[in-house]
Order: sequence, then structure tokens, then C-alpha cells
Amino acid sequence: MSSESQKKIRAVLVDDEQLARQVLREFVAAHADLEIVAECGNGFEAVKAVAEQKPDLIFLDVQMPKLDGFEVLELIGRETAVVFVTAYDNYAIKAFEVHAVDYLLKPFSADRFDAALTRAKQRLSGGATQKTPPAADLAASARPPAQYLDRIAVREGSQVSIIPVAKLDYAEAQDDYVALATAGKKHLKQQTISNLETSLDPARFMRIHRSYIVNLERVAKVEPYGKDTHVAVLSTGVQIPVSRAGYARLKSFLDR
Amino acid sequence: MHPIFSQLRRLALYLVVWLFIGLLLTYLLTVSHDIGTRDALVLALPLCFFYSFICLSAWYSCRGRLPDKFTMGRLLATHITTAFFAAILWAFAAAGLAHGLSKTAMFAGLSHRFRPEIPLIFCTGILLYLLSVAFYYIVISFEASRDAEARVMKASVLARDAELKALKAQVNPHFLFNSLNSISALTSSDPAKAREMCILLGDFLRRTLGLGEKAAIPLDEELSLIRAFLAVEKVRFGARINMEEDIDKDALAVPVPPLLLQPLVENAVVHGIANLVEGGYIRLGIHRRDGIVSIDVANSFDPDAPAKRRSGVGLANVRQRLQTRYGNLASFAVRTEGDCFSVALTLPAEFEVQQA
Repeated sequence: MSSESQKKIRAVLVDDEQLARQVLREFVAAHADLEIVAECGNGFEAVKAVAEQKPDLIFLDVQMPKLDGFEVLELIGRETAVVFVTAYDNYAIKAFEVHAVDYLLKPFSADRFDAALTRAKQRLSGGATQKTPPAADLAASARPPAQYLDRIAVREGSQVSIIPVAKLDYAEAQDDYVALATAGKKHLKQQTISNLETSLDPARFMRIHRSYIVNLERVAKVEPYGKDTHVAVLSTGVQIPVSRAGYARLKSFLDR
Repeated sequence: MHPIFSQLRRLALYLVVWLFIGLLLTYLLTVSHDIGTRDALVLALPLCFFYSFICLSAWYSCRGRLPDKFTMGRLLATHITTAFFAAILWAFAAAGLAHGLSKTAMFAGLSHRFRPEIPLIFCTGILLYLLSVAFYYIVISFEASRDAEARVMKASVLARDAELKALKAQVNPHFLFNSLNSISALTSSDPAKAREMCILLGDFLRRTLGLGEKAAIPLDEELSLIRAFLAVEKVRFGARINMEEDIDKDALAVPVPPLLLQPLVENAVVHGIANLVEGGYIRLGIHRRDGIVSIDVANSFDPDAPAKRRSGVGLANVRQRLQTRYGNLASFAVRTEGDCFSVALTLPAEFEVQQA
């Protein structure tokens, strides 16, 4: 029995509508090798469930309370295969197609569900070659055009915090992570700084260094620092290095 | 149609202008040589009357040769040649008239005295013809710009009508797909409930049909539509939707643009209830006082909800439709207070709707 249950694919269902979860549950029940380890009604619960249960597969609604499907995706890491479930969302569907992510459009048939499940299984057994695309890339391409982030979700353990971008002082690249500095605290998030840069409003945030994005409202002054380099001094007193290209950009902004 | 002949008033004005030209010509004839005022008047007035009709022909050559289709050189060549022939015709007519008059006792010798004035008549003729050409070109460009303006006006009115029709006829696809998904869930677990949901959805869709063509419906009908909509949404969201109504009975017959309130209630569900795990309330208040109907739609919402993946065009559309219909007789205000979002609008209870 225990050896059999180890082979089972462990799945989490996430949808805020009870009836929508019911359809998924019914279709899952037809597969003996599939086991539901958690059902969640919102994004927070989903992130918590994934952190605690470490499922293989998650069926994820896009529009939900607390955190939407893309925010959840960004927070859960890439070990879990994701099948998105949505009713109608032009931008999201386009993004799913571009990034070859499995998705189900409500209402969907048992056959369509089985097809998505087969693809998810291939992905799970295929290993690194068929890994899902970076979550942040998918999330960025699913946003309606000219719509920038107004908040960033970060996770510490199973704890999720939401940072409104207005509260973000600066972001610093740290290997595969960015450190988001807000009100003296730093939050780590698995994302490249270039990716973060494209999701922030360029009128409010600027890449002033290979490793730094700064909230323009926080910049108090720019001072020379050594031979032809500069530092930006924030209103909080923090000093941030400015590259030569970054200085040109910053200067043309400040002169305006 | 020739612009001068299109209205009697214009023809009269045209002839008055030529009367002045005739008087001017009379003066020119008397100023240099030995033609008396009476002789000049008798010559100039009939001549100008005659030439005024010659010059009308300039309209046709102008209309056939619009400046944007011909080079400047060709236009000048055409009109100067025509002017030349028109002036020659006029000069001959003048000579003929003078000759004819001089046969009478009263104007004896006029033909002889008039002969030195022929070049003056010829030159004046060219000038007057070219002035007519210029005048007609101005008329043409004026009419063209007025036409363009009217077309733009008409197009924008048509576009707005089309937009409103589309807006009114459209059922939100999210709503439809999610409802179908709910039915899909219920078919196996609760077939009776699934059938009920089909009926509710059918009821709502039937009520929205044909609303696009109507300019106004009684408020009562709009409320039925809202209740049909919420009945469907209640199957999806269950106990998460709490609807509270406070409605004055004497407001029920007031005519309102169709689907004016439904988008507001739909907003309350999509942006309010749908983001609340425990659900929330929608309060609909409708009151009538002193000929003014005030409508409030309030709902609870989560200020920390995820960014909207759908643009909020619903509110802007309602505001615009109120503005289009009632102008400044209506008002529209949006308020956010803590976790309560509300839209307040007022409109006149009695309003004559102009059917298109």
C-alpha cells in the first residue's frame, strides 16, 4: 500500500469557486494514480499548501482573492507542474500558448482534462529538459499591455507578504534572486533583475546599475564617487552605486 | 444646382451686387469723356445685367476644375482664355447696344462717342469674370469644409450609437463561461440544480436580448434584470453574495437607459465579492425625491486584492451614457471608503427621450 501511494501523483486544486473545484475533483477521481492532497479557495492558501505538501501538480485558477494565479506561480518554485484553469482571459491564454504551459478553459471536458494531465505527467517525468518557463516571464507576458505591477508578492517559508511598489525603495540583484528593500527590510524573491525591471513602470523606477533598480521618488541626490563613478543617495540615507550608463539615464531624468 | 439659383434670396443679392457694379461702370464711363450720366446709365445697367448671367457660367468651369486636380498653370490658362472670350462677347454686346441706341433721337451719336470706351469695357469684363471665378472657388471650398464637418459629426454620432449598442448587447464572456462551468459541475452532483441554473441563465440572457434597441426601460425592468443576474451568480458564489435592497416604490416606473445599473452590480460582484474569501454585501438603494431619482450601489471589497486583470471600462461607460442622455441633469460619483466601494448617481425622474 505504501509503495503504491508513493507512485501516486500528488495534486493540489486551487479555485475560489466551490463548484469549479467540484468539477476538478470529479475528473481527478477517474484517475487512480492521482491523489488530491489539498484544496484551496484563494492564493494565500495555495502558496501555503504547496510549501507544506510539496505536491507534484497544481490545478490553478487565474482570478482569485488575495493572490492571482500568476502571483501564486511566482511564489511556489518550479518543482511543481502547473495546469492553469481559467474562464476567459485573452492575455493569459496567449501567454500560456507562447510558453507552452498546460491550461484548461472553463467549461472543459473530461477528455480535455485527461490530455492536460498526460502532458503534465510527461513534464514531471521529462526532468529538466521540459521544465516550465520562468514564472516571472510567464506572468509578465500575461499582463495586459502597458499595465505595470502595482504590487509584488514575496514568500518567506509559507508566509506571503505583499509589497506595494510605492513602498519599494530599491531592488538589488543577488544571483538568481532580487532583494527588495522596503522600509529598512529586505525581501528575497526568485527573479532576475531584468525581469523585474520590465514589469515596473519606467516613469517611477530606473535601472541605474547592472545590479540595481531604484525608486525615483526616493532619490535625494547624486554624488560623484571616485573616478567617473557616482552614487545615488536615497532619502533614507542609503547609498547605491550608479553605473556610467545609469548616470546618463538618471541625469537626463533629473534635468527634465 | 448652381449656388446662386438654389435660393431666391441669393439671386436677389447677386443682382443687387451687379447693380452696384453697374453704377460703378456708369461712373467710369462718365469720368473721362463726353458721355453724360444719363447715357452712361442707360448703357451700363443693361450691360451689367447681361454680363451677370455670363459670369454665372464661371461656376460650371470652376466646379469642373478643382484646384487639387489640375496644375496652377492649366487652371490659369483655362480661366483667362474663358475670361477673354466672355469679355469680347461683352464688348460686342456693348458696341451693339450703343449702335442700336444711337439710332433713336434721344441717344443720337452715342455709338460714336462710346467707341473709345470699348477697351475699358473689355478690360472690366476680364476683371469681373476672373473675380467671379475667385468667388466661386471660395464658395466651393467653403461648402467642402462644411460638408466634411457635417460628415465628421455624423460619423462620431454613429460611432457612439454603435458603441452603446454593442455595449448594451454584450454579455460578459467571463460570466457566461463561469456559469457554464458551474452547470458542468452540477450535472453530475445535483442534476436538478443544474437544470435550475440553466433556466436562470436562460432567463437572464432572454431579458438582455433586444435591450440594445430600446432607448429606455422602466427601472422595474432593470431591477428584474439585476435580480436574474444575481440569481445566476448566487449559484456560483453561494453564500458569498449578500444583496440588500432599499427601493422606493414610486421610483419603479421611472424610465432609465437599459443596462445602466446591471454593469454596476456586475462590477460589485467581479471586483468586490469575487475577491473576498468570506464574501460581502451589495447594497442597492433607490430613492425618489422632488423629481430626482438617486441610486446608490455599494459593495464591500478587499483593498489588498490582486491587480485587476480586466480594465474597468464599466464605470466609465455608465458615466458616459448618463452624460450623453441627460447632460448636466444627471450626476455620477464614485467613492472608496475603507473596504466599501460605492457609486452614487442621480437622474431626472421625468425625461423625454428622443428616439433616434
